[in-house]
Order: sequence, then structure tokens, then C-alpha cells
Amino acid sequence: MSRIGVFICHCGENIAGTVDVAAVTKAALDMPGVVHAVDYKYMCSDPGQTMLKDAIVEKKLDGVVVAACSPRMHEPTFRRTAEEGGINPYQCEMANIREHCSWVHEKGAATTAKAIDLVRFQVEKVKRDHPLVPIRVPITKKALVLGGGIAGIQAALDIANAGSPVLLVEKSPSIGGHMSQLSETFPTLDCSQCILTPRMVEVARHPLITLYTYSELEKLDGFIGNFKATIRKKARKIDEKLCNGCGVCQQKCPVKKIPDEFNEGLSNRAAIYVPFPQAVPNKPVIDLANCTYYKTGKCKACEKLCPTKAIRFDQEDQIEVHDVGAVVLATGFKTMPVNNFSEYGYGKYKDVIDGMKFERLASASGPTGGAMKRPSDGKTPQHVVFIACAGSRDRLKGVPYCSKICCMYTAKHAMLYQHKVHGGQATVFYMDVRAAGKNYDEFVRRAVEEDGVKYVRGRVSRVYEDDGQLVVKGVDTLLGAEPVEIRADMVVLATAVQAQNDAEELAQTLHVAYDPYKFFAEAHPKLRPVETNTAGIFLAGACQAPRDIPETVAQASGAAVKVAGLFSQPELTREPIIAVVDRQPPPVFSHCVGCFLCKAACPYQAIEEEQIKNRNGDVLKVVARVNPGLCQGCGTCVSTCRTKAIDLQGFSNEQVFAELMSI
Amino acid sequence: MTDVRVGYYPGCSLQGSSRDFAESLHAVAKALSIDLVEIPEWNCCGASSGHMLDHLLSVALPVNVLLKAKKAGLPQVMAPCAACYNRLATASHEIATSPATKAQVESVLQTSIDKLPRVLNVIELLAQVSERIAPKVTKKFEQTVACYYGCLLVRPAKVTGFDRTEDPVEMDKLVAAVGGKTIDWNFKTECCGASFSISRSSVVGRLGARIMQDAVKRQAEAIVVACPMCHSNLDLRRGEINQQLEHKTDIPVLFITQVIGLALGLPKKKLGLGRHFVPVKFPPRPLAPPAVQ
Repeated sequence: MSRIGVFICHCGENIAGTVDVAAVTKAALDMPGVVHAVDYKYMCSDPGQTMLKDAIVEKKLDGVVVAACSPRMHEPTFRRTAEEGGINPYQCEMANIREHCSWVHEKGAATTAKAIDLVRFQVEKVKRDHPLVPIRVPITKKALVLGGGIAGIQAALDIANAGSPVLLVEKSPSIGGHMSQLSETFPTLDCSQCILTPRMVEVARHPLITLYTYSELEKLDGFIGNFKATIRKKARKIDEKLCNGCGVCQQKCPVKKIPDEFNEGLSNRAAIYVPFPQAVPNKPVIDLANCTYYKTGKCKACEKLCPTKAIRFDQEDQIEVHDVGAVVLATGFKTMPVNNFSEYGYGKYKDVIDGMKFERLASASGPTGGAMKRPSDGKTPQHVVFIACAGSRDRLKGVPYCSKICCMYTAKHAMLYQHKVHGGQATVFYMDVRAAGKNYDEFVRRAVEEDGVKYVRGRVSRVYEDDGQLVVKGVDTLLGAEPVEIRADMVVLATAVQAQNDAEELAQTLHVAYDPYKFFAEAHPKLRPVETNTAGIFLAGACQAPRDIPETVAQASGAAVKVAGLFSQPELTREPIIAVVDRQPPPVFSHCVGCFLCKAACPYQAIEEEQIKNRNGDVLKVVARVNPGLCQGCGTCVSTCRTKAIDLQGFSNEQVFAELMSI
Repeated sequence: MTDVRVGYYPGCSLQGSSRDFAESLHAVAKALSIDLVEIPEWNCCGASSGHMLDHLLSVALPVNVLLKAKKAGLPQVMAPCAACYNRLATASHEIATSPATKAQVESVLQTSIDKLPRVLNVIELLAQVSERIAPKVTKKFEQTVACYYGCLLVRPAKVTGFDRTEDPVEMDKLVAAVGGKTIDWNFKTECCGASFSISRSSVVGRLGARIMQDAVKRQAEAIVVACPMCHSNLDLRRGEINQQLEHKTDIPVLFITQVIGLALGLPKKKLGLGRHFVPVKFPPRPLAPPAVQ
């Protein structure tokens, strides 16, 4: 006869406010096999855990049910406690009476009855639990960091400095990301390049970091500690070892009129190019879509003039496969295109630009050398209007979330403009100013009070052109909702931060969850912010949500610590919740008949074929075997098995049927 | 060519202030083999005052119209007046999206509401038969015009389903199909003042002046509309507009149906062109240069 203890948590008001916990306790005591039941305000707290531990010893319990929150939340906590009490951790089960009951139902007898049923399920299950032993797997102590912006750079440096090798993969020809394009940074106005470029160089020189620029992750197989990453190194058409970065090729390339991505199209580049002078690595790449040789078969000017003979027109993409133990996703963001905004001219006015273009206009390394000149005619704009929340917090036409960085960078832009154009006027249309952060609000006040930026609280309904000048029509909601019209020389839209175009595809490749806006989802919004639901894959920066630089760097370091923590263990223990194919004495050997339907059904390629041989080496039977390293315990094979030869440890058919039969 | 059968909801203006719209619509419909079937015993749509006073009334009135159309076996209903169209489309949208409103309306109308007829505006109807127009053009409409959509025809996007709410192009396409040129201008969807035409005509003068000024400045020879309110505010209230502008503007305001009617060679009288306050006339075209001998 089992000796089961039931522990019911109030979770403060979360459960006790809706469920009659005393009644659940009473009902639990009447369930067959239950010898002890108790309720407590916070079962996960120290006194609660001690209560559980002591009861196991005193009441000689051989199974424990904790009726509380979701097992996703605290199952590891209580299993650890049960183990400390002296029973096998897998003989502790959780009845989820919070997310599955109290949070989703009204207070009442039916809710309490459901909570009792949920407890009964787990009592029936725990009776049939067998002691399980965690699986031990080795760890490859090498990390893969995807994305070479500030998030990826920081994570790579932190992991490498902790002593583990890192592969840093960046899809564009240089690392640096959006941060390398910025002029100054808030709230200190220190130059973005001056703080970033030394880090870029550090990455390139670090003995433990291998840089893969102009490369993409094609495939990721395996599991935590034992991933296999397939990386496509796109052909630069340059021998990187020979190239010394002299730049002759870009000067001599006859194709010159390609909009420069780094300068957001404000200047042009050649078909062979280094994205920007401070690029790391400082090696050019040939843009195949625009190169005359690839279009017409003639030219090769760069090859003729290259002093080190580094041009390789016949270079092919290279595929490399690496074993890695952990992955950090730091793939960043994009901003909503200006031509999404019909009311601001669908991108038809040249002087209606977005924040990134303004960064390039204001940057010392930009096309104007930092002089404030508008794109249409190069004149200095005397009045610039900044429109905050262009697409953000706009449920109808944009995205419902706040892009977070725009209030601050708009204040910075307006301030930079006032510093550069004396006598000019910057006006900001805003909904709210969200300047929560160290020295942030002071920064915005400085823009208003010291630099004379005008802030108008209201939305802009339309931007149009009249007599060659832009007219911004909006409303001032603080002055009696009066319509305002401002004749401006340039308009800057603080466009919404969005997930990268290929974020969804990448998330699916990596089996990482994502939200409706294609930002990668963290495992827990508060307590596990840098982990994904897929063990061994971590998040850093704006691929998870809109983030500014300080937050991105903090999160990247957080992700790096998680990776370093993982790598500090000699080997990895995995949950033994995996499928097993039964084995029987001869002559049956196994109920498996070798149909291998399970092999086709398994999403993780975890089913192998095993030959059962006699002493002479003759094959007697071919049966399925589950690779414990690859199995994720999804149970798909169990339901497809025609002979019921496969069962899932910890969730056996017997247990599930017993749960159902208990109602 | 098979007849397109469509329910016709005239509303109040097509029988009053906008008889010219009605006349040209019927003439063009006939020429394009569109069978306009007036909804039997139609009632007021509620328009500008209904939804300000009572939400239930503002949905129930148009739904009642649509139910009558359905009873008459009409799969789609065309409301030429933009305000009627907007009320009918909004009510239809609310019935489709809010079960609570649907239940309420069902209870006051004492009937159950199943699928309602599709609501169209005049532009959508003409776009449906656009391939019939070009072959029938006898006299190209060779004018440069500003297509003015106003507010109710295209907004809100979730109700009307226009993809370019702030910069619609459907009417421009129709004008182009009969040989006209359309200008790119600023106030396609700007407010004309709508029903303030009666209660505060000075507001209409001020709003209309901006619209008129931009159209004239960009060399439009006429403004083309598809809404009785837009028409009367830019045509009937031209005096106030000119007063506001402090100079005279004399470009006419045409309904899209009149533009198409002219191109189809229909007689001016049948198109109601004589009913405008600003006479419909266009600047003479410069003569073609004499052929080089």
C-alpha cells in the first residue's frame, strides 16, 4: 500500500482566493493511499519546503503530490526537496491547481471540485511512479553566437573570457550591427563608434573567438551540450588570407552607384566593397547582383589591379559543421519601413526619413561628415519635426507594443540637431515620453530646457508637400486639442522596432518559441529572461524584444553567464522522461515487431534500429531502440506503436489511464 | 453581356440634394448593363445623427435595410451616398464581429440574422465591371482631375477593407480607364466638413478652401467625387470657399458617374450636369499644331 503525502499551496491569494483549499485537503485525506495532507500559504517558501521534507521522514512517505502552480514553474524545486527528504525525485508530482484551475475559473464549488480532481489524478499517477535516474550526457564546451551586433559581440567576449571557445556568426560582411551605424548614444552623448570599434577589434583578436562573417547558420541538430551546427560561409570571392584591405579594388570598381546599406542609402558604394572603413574584418566582398563580371562575364578590373592577387572569382560557398554545446541568439532587429506610413507620404518625400537615416546624417563617419544636410537638396534644414511612435503603440496600422528606444533616441536626435544647427528649431510630436532608465529623464529634460527642443503632445495626422515645403499637420492635445500645422524642412520618423524578416524561419530552424510579433520568447518573462524553452539556446538583445544598448549588453552578459555556467559542469544531467522500447526474455526479445512507424513519426530522429543476435552473430530480430540523448519525451512514438512496445518513462500508459479512470 | 443585379439603396440625398448623382448613376448603370434594384420599403440609414444618439439604433436601422434586400434576393447592396455606405458597412461589420450587438439587434428586429448582403459603394461597383467601361468609351474624358475620396468612403479600414486608407487609388483607376489624367495631391481623404454644410457653413468654407486651393494649384481642371456631401460642400458652398480663399475658383466638381457618363457619350441632360452650382465647363484645349507639310 502506498504512503502518499499531499501538499496544497495557497499561493497567497492566487489559489486560496478561488479554491477552498481546506476542502481540497480534507478530500485528499480520503483518497486511497493518501496518509498525509496539509495546506500552507506558500509551499515553495523555506518553511513550506521544510514541511514537505519533514513529512517524508516522519510519515514514511513513498510518494508526494504538490498541488500548486504549473510544473513548468516549480517542479524542479519540489523534486529537489523530495530528494532531500529521501525519496526519488521522480516520485514527486505536481497538480496544477493554479494555471489550470484558480486562475481560469470563478470562485465556487465547481472550481474546488476541479482542484480535487486534479489532485486525485496525480495521486493515481504517483502511485505508479517508478524511481528514475537522470541521464548523464557529455558537454561540448564551445558556444555558437548568432549575430555580430553589440549583443553578440558582448556575449562572445564574455564567454571567451570565461575560457570557452566561441564561434561568432554574422550574416553581413562585418560585425558591428546597428550600433556601428549610430552617431552618438544616449544618455551620455558619447560616440557610438568610439565605444564599439575597440570591442570589434577585441573580438577579431581574441584567441578563443572564431569569426564567421558573411555566414549563416543553415541547420542546428542535436540538443543541449551536444548541438551540431551547420554554417554556410558565403563566398566573398576574396582570399581573406591574401587581402590586406588596401581598398584599391573599391576605388577601381567601375560600378559605383549602388545604394550604400551602411549609410542607409544616403550614399553609394561600389560592387566590391567594405561596408565601412572600421569594418571587422577589413576585407571586401563582391556584391554578385551588381558586379559587372557576374552580370556580363566581362570586367575583372579588381582582379587585374589587386596588388596581392586576392580576388577569387571561382570561390564557392563553404559549408562547415561544428559541434557546439550552447547557442546564443543575438540576431537583433529591424525598423519598420518608412513606406508603411501612407499618412506621412508612403516614403515619397525624400526629406521624410527614419531614425537610422538621421543617425547617418548626424554621424561623423556619415555621408555628410556629420553636417546636417537634408537628403533632397543638401540644404541645412531650419526646422525639423520628429514624430515619435511612428508605428509603435498603433493597434490599427502598426504594432501594439512600445518600441522602447524611440523616446530616448528622438530626444538625442533633436538635441544633436540643435547642437549642429544654431538657430534651427526641432519639434517633437509625442504621445508620452517614456524615459525610464538611469539618467534618462534628465537627458530628455536637458533637450527641452537647455537645448530648446519643442515638445508637442499629440499625433500627426498627415505630412504633405506644399510649395516644395513639408507641412506637418497634427494636434496639440495639451492646448485644448487645437490643430497645429508646422512647415518643416525635414521630418524624422521614429519608426517601430520589429523582429528581423527571417526571425520566424530561424526560430523554426532552432525550435525556439516566438511571440506574435516574431520576437523570440524567453522561458519565463521574469525569472528566466535569457533562456529559451529549448535547453541550451539563450537570448541576447533586440531579437527578444526592443532593447537599448545598456540593456542589450546586460542581457548579453547574462546569457554568457548562463553559457559559462553550463560549461562549468563536468557533464550534463537530463530529465529521464524519455521513451523506451520494452525488452523481453527470449524468444520474444521485445514486443516490438520492427515496423518502424515510430521512426517515421519521431520529430527528433531518436529512433534507431537494433539487431538482436545470437551467440553466432546471426540476426534474430530487428527492433527499435530509443537514443536517450536525442529523445525529448514528446510521446509521439508511444501513440503510433501498434504493439504497445514503447512507453514513456514518467508518463506511462498505465499512469495516464489510471489518471483518467480516477474521475 | 449579362446583367449585374445589385440592390440599390438611394438614401435621402439621392432623391433630394443629389439628384444629379442619381440621374448619372442610373444612366451609367443602364449603359453598363447593371440592373439597379431599389430595395423595397427601405428606411433611413441613421447617417450623421443616428450613431451619435443611440448605438443600437445606428446598427438596427441599416441592418433592417440589409434584411429587406436579402428578402428581395439581392446578394449585394450598393449605397451611392458615402454616409449611407459607411453606416451599412459599419453595421454589417458589427453584426459579424460582435455577438452581443447581433443578439440585441435580433431582439429589437424580432428576427434572426444570418449572412447579410455584401455592401458596396459606387466605386467598388464600378470596379467590379471595370472591364466593360473601356470598350464603350466613345469620347475620351481628356481632363486632368483631382480624385477626392473624403472620409467615409475609405475609413475605417477594418470596415471598408481599403488597403490604402490614407492614399486610395481606386477612383483614380476608373478615371484613367476613361482617358482622364489624375493628379497626385495632398487632400484626397481630407475632411470637407460634411454635415456642417448646414449648421456651420463657415467651417465648411475653411475646410473646403484648403482642398480647393491644393487642387487648383496642382492644375486640376475638375474635382471628382463619389459622395453627395463632398459634392455639395465643394459645389454648393463654393461661395464660402471663394470668400475664404479671397479669389475665385471655378473648377467644377463632378461625380465619378458623370465622368464615366461623359466618356460613354451619354447626353449631358441625362447626367444631371445642369444641376451644378459651379457650371461644368473645361478650359479649351490648345489646338493641335498644324501638320507639317
